[in-house]
Amino acid sequence: MSQKVLLNAKEVNIILHRLACQLIENHNDFTNTVLIGLQPRGKYMANRLAQMLKEEYKIKNLQLGHLDITFFRDDFRRSDKPLEANTTEINFLVENKKIVFIDDVLYTGRSIRAALTAIQSFGRPNEIELLTLIDRRFSRHLPIQPNYKGRQVDAINEEKVIVHWQEEQGEDAVYLINK
Amino acid sequence: MSELSVNHLLGIKYLNKDDIKLIFETADHFKEVINRPIKKVPSLRDITIANLFFENSTRTKLSFELAEKRLSADVINFSASQSSVKKGETLIDTVNNILSMKVDMVVMRHPNPGASVFLSNHVNASIINAGDGAHEHPTQALLDSYSIRERLGDVKGKKVVIVGDILHSRVALSNIFALKTQGAQVMVCGPKTLIPKYIDKLGVKVETNLRKALNWCDVANMLRVQNERMSVSYFPSTREYTQQYGVNMELLNTLDKDITIMHPGPINRGVEITSDVADSDQAIILDQVQNGVAVRMAVIYLLASKIKQ
Repeated sequence: MSQKVLLNAKEVNIILHRLACQLIENHNDFTNTVLIGLQPRGKYMANRLAQMLKEEYKIKNLQLGHLDITFFRDDFRRSDKPLEANTTEINFLVENKKIVFIDDVLYTGRSIRAALTAIQSFGRPNEIELLTLIDRRFSRHLPIQPNYKGRQVDAINEEKVIVHWQEEQGEDAVYLINK
Repeated sequence: MSELSVNHLLGIKYLNKDDIKLIFETADHFKEVINRPIKKVPSLRDITIANLFFENSTRTKLSFELAEKRLSADVINFSASQSSVKKGETLIDTVNNILSMKVDMVVMRHPNPGASVFLSNHVNASIINAGDGAHEHPTQALLDSYSIRERLGDVKGKKVVIVGDILHSRVALSNIFALKTQGAQVMVCGPKTLIPKYIDKLGVKVETNLRKALNWCDVANMLRVQNERMSVSYFPSTREYTQQYGVNMELLNTLDKDITIMHPGPINRGVEITSDVADSDQAIILDQVQNGVAVRMAVIYLLASKIKQ
């Protein structure tokens, strides 16, 4: 197994700032926009972006939620590992809101498909955008593309892209692992 | 752990501590789901579940059916009163006929103890016991423990008294297994005639004085007297039973603490529990009903995940 660093902490930080600025460019003061981190891995990135927008870019009234897609996945009873659920924390209705889904890695697009269905339980949003730190090109199973992406990666199927977050693994970094 | 150790839910007896923990953690997620504006998830859209009720039931049947529908399963219902059982068909034949219509899971209530264990040995489907005679009623015990956990934070170390007709109660036996597995202390309280001999062998305390029992406990689970299962009289009169073993506000007010009151339903108001207690803040009877749907969704979901394609 070999491991390569795709992004280090400094690069992750620069990318997060750029993504935050791109969000501000499109959503101004976020009055009608909500950020939704996709559980489990998108949560850390969503929290980080929300914190950055509030503290460094002085965005007030930012609404942030976390969406768990476990019960909406299309591989229930099909995957070898049992699916483990996480917490959904959305304390607002998304009716007529603009939503930005936030996840760390976009790979087959199946999680996003599940998220698109899952979010319907909270109302009919006006618009949904997708922001990912890593976009694995040429590996999509569904016609889903990100609106905002940190870094595009061409990885073959045997390779795995792993994102580490300070809050969980104690460092910000992105690795490419060859199994 | 993210998988149950069993393929059927036949009784709490067959579950371990980790199974119960997993069911509760999954139920937490489903409780959040059933409080959403849209209360449905598509997980079980390719699963068909048959609800076989060979004995009357209102709340358990509704609760199971709702849980199944909230998981998007296809549901067929069957009740013995309108079926070929009356024409002499055996249980295995009845169930195999239903399974040949491509049913994946069976929820069964039956008047004979052990019916679901018997069925699980003879048919090829996941079985959930929804009550078998006076034996077990596992989902009720799970939702009772879940409700205690919700109200008091944890089940471990809590003192729970089960009051009433222990002899004829499947809720009592399942509750004893569930509470003991999770590390709670359990006492049963009722007239001597309604407490099975040797029940202390299960590691529970026995008390015939209700006031003493209530003074000891954190939670009191009040059971109904199951007149329909009694062929002889076990106590002189309902009035006397109420005087000795009915809870009322006056009695609760004389205790030096606020205890939590539970009841699996159906309530006989004025017999084992008075209306002012049943409708008070101390009672979590309606929470139990709501939690019942979430807990049953968790059980069905976890068992369905073990049905291979």
